[in-house]
Amino acid sequence: MKSEPLSLNYRPVEQPFFTKTGWTVVAVLALVALVIVPILYVAVPQEHPLHLSAYTVTLVGKILCYCIVACAMNLIWGYTGILSLGHGLFFALGGYAFGMYLMRQIGRDGQYQSDLPDFMVFLDWKEYPWHWAGTDSFLWALMLVVLVPGLLAFVFGFFAFRSRIKGVYFSIITQALTFAFMLLFFRNETGFGGNNGFTDFKRILGFDVTSPGMRATLFALSAAALLGAVVMTRYLERSKTGRVLRAIRDSESRLMFSGYNPLWYKLFIWTLSAVMCGIAGALYVPQVGIINPSEMSPANSIEIAVWVAVGGRGTLIGPLLGASTVNGAKSFFTQSFPEYWLFFLGLLFILVTLFMPKGIVGLVNRIMKRDQ
Amino acid sequence: MKPAHDEPLNPSGASSIGHVVTEAVDTSHGPILYLDDITVSFDGFKALNKLTLTVDEGELRCIIGPNGAGKTTMMDVITGKTRPDAGSAFFGQSIDLTRLTEAEIAHAGIGRKFQKPTVFENHTVFENLELAIKTDKRVWASLRARLGDEQLDRISETLRTIDLLEQADRAAGLLSHGQKQWLEIGMLLMQEPQLLLLDEPVAGMTDEETAKTAQLLKTLEGSCSIVVVEHDMEFIDEIASTVTVLHEGSVLAEGGMNEIKSDERVIEVYLGR
Ligand SMILES: Nc1ncnc2c1ncn2[C@@H]1O[C@H](COP(=O)(O)OP(=O)(O)OP(=O)(O)O)[C@@H](O)[C@H]1O
Ligand SMILES: [Mg+2]
Repeated sequence: MKSEPLSLNYRPVEQPFFTKTGWTVVAVLALVALVIVPILYVAVPQEHPLHLSAYTVTLVGKILCYCIVACAMNLIWGYTGILSLGHGLFFALGGYAFGMYLMRQIGRDGQYQSDLPDFMVFLDWKEYPWHWAGTDSFLWALMLVVLVPGLLAFVFGFFAFRSRIKGVYFSIITQALTFAFMLLFFRNETGFGGNNGFTDFKRILGFDVTSPGMRATLFALSAAALLGAVVMTRYLERSKTGRVLRAIRDSESRLMFSGYNPLWYKLFIWTLSAVMCGIAGALYVPQVGIINPSEMSPANSIEIAVWVAVGGRGTLIGPLLGASTVNGAKSFFTQSFPEYWLFFLGLLFILVTLFMPKGIVGLVNRIMKRDQ
Repeated sequence: MKPAHDEPLNPSGASSIGHVVTEAVDTSHGPILYLDDITVSFDGFKALNKLTLTVDEGELRCIIGPNGAGKTTMMDVITGKTRPDAGSAFFGQSIDLTRLTEAEIAHAGIGRKFQKPTVFENHTVFENLELAIKTDKRVWASLRARLGDEQLDRISETLRTIDLLEQADRAAGLLSHGQKQWLEIGMLLMQEPQLLLLDEPVAGMTDEETAKTAQLLKTLEGSCSIVVVEHDMEFIDEIASTVTVLHEGSVLAEGGMNEIKSDERVIEVYLGR
């Protein structure tokens, strides 16, 4: 025991995991997503004003998946300061991994009534290529959803971070990576359906994918995964690992000379982030009913970065706000003036960078401070 | 006893999976730091030119020299930031500094303060010290790390030493220049180093702050070896036992303060200006 009086010793004030309001919001949202929405959609009859349409449930479910991706991007960019412009790739790989299982579940109900997916029959293939082995197993498909993006991210990240590739160079390489994969997946010989990708899904575990029950389940799973992502982000944010990650962002050399090897921290958060995208992709594909190589286009990955920038980098809920508002705007634009969407996106990015460096969250904070 | 660092290391540092050098520095033969014939060139320009220098255990050594003499480059070599083109750098008898990564060197017991004060500006003062504290610094350890009472007391003690107890909850970026310098020194102390490298620790400090820093270094003397690079001659006068003068990448003179002050060559290249 120290002899000094305790009052002289500093003790940090422990921050709560969530504030009381925070817990309430989480609980209410969880209740809405996991209970109320499924009931309004499945159990409330169609004529009733409170009934939710399949369109709405799918649209929101899709946005929930995007929110998971935004959370993942926030971990690597917002907290660690590493801008990835290839996160669309991990999302698409998760989608393709689960898509393979969905294709197997079609069984003989395809156009050609073959054991093989239609696109393979069309190519005159007689059996599944090696990388489709085991994809009829639901569990193996789930493992692939995690393993494929995870392994790719780990190997790519290991070499990139070990070579101390940083900043804009890293961003450009990730952009090139997703572009290269897109070209690869466009080829029919790769065995992923070429530019048509996978579609016309029928079943998951034998249940009809378009049935209200399945849709509601996928929606609830997406919401649960997002909740998990938020809780995990918060855990990391409060942990020493979170503080090390922010230190990498702010002053990597100070950190190295303090005895940390940034390589493993970067690799950890980078791989985790990629796996989260993979899971989001796997939840997304059965809800929208299609996956094709355009998901890997460089523009998609840039869009992810825009969501996070708009919402507020390095904040817990900023990325969710960003992903929802930008995608809300996107639904509106692509219905009303589809040709202007990309211009709007570019303009939004410039405006946010110039006038709202901390995104929506930063803006709200500023306004609240001014009011006090 | 086979030292851990004798294993061939991948020069890129990939093999250093949270490498922790646990073995104590072997100083049984005197010097704690041993630089021999170190040469570093940048595009043909020799920032260090056959530099040879030893620092004894427990010594407080001052290094002076005109701008561009190679003082910071020397620290870069010792801490693994710059690899020498020729020559050897040893920490104690057996730790070859030219083969370890920055993080491994820090674990081995060398702490470094940068010329431009470098702290984590968005972290609180407390968090800065917490990040520096000597402990297992691998990812898994950090995920579950919680500070024990003993560690919290150590941080408090350092906060008092560097006079930042009142500021513990403030973001380090809000501190004054001199306070940042102290915080950085405090971070080094948390690492429990055996060798402290301080690059211009009193630059930008008020006279009062400078005097306090001199006091602090004197209290540390003996518990660890310290190498201080400074331009402030009064400060050096205050603390130094031995002074080494660097000029154009090599040692120009070495000796006690009075000896150095009256050295013709030193007056010509440095003091006389
Ligand atoms: N990365 C680098 N690339 C090219 N030249 C460099 C590099 N680092 C240092 N130099 C040069 O090496 C020489 C020594 O630099 P160094 O920073 O070690 O000097 P110093 O003694 O610390 O000077 P000061 O008192 O100004 O801090 C300088 O001429 C500098 O321009
Ligand atoms: Mg210097």
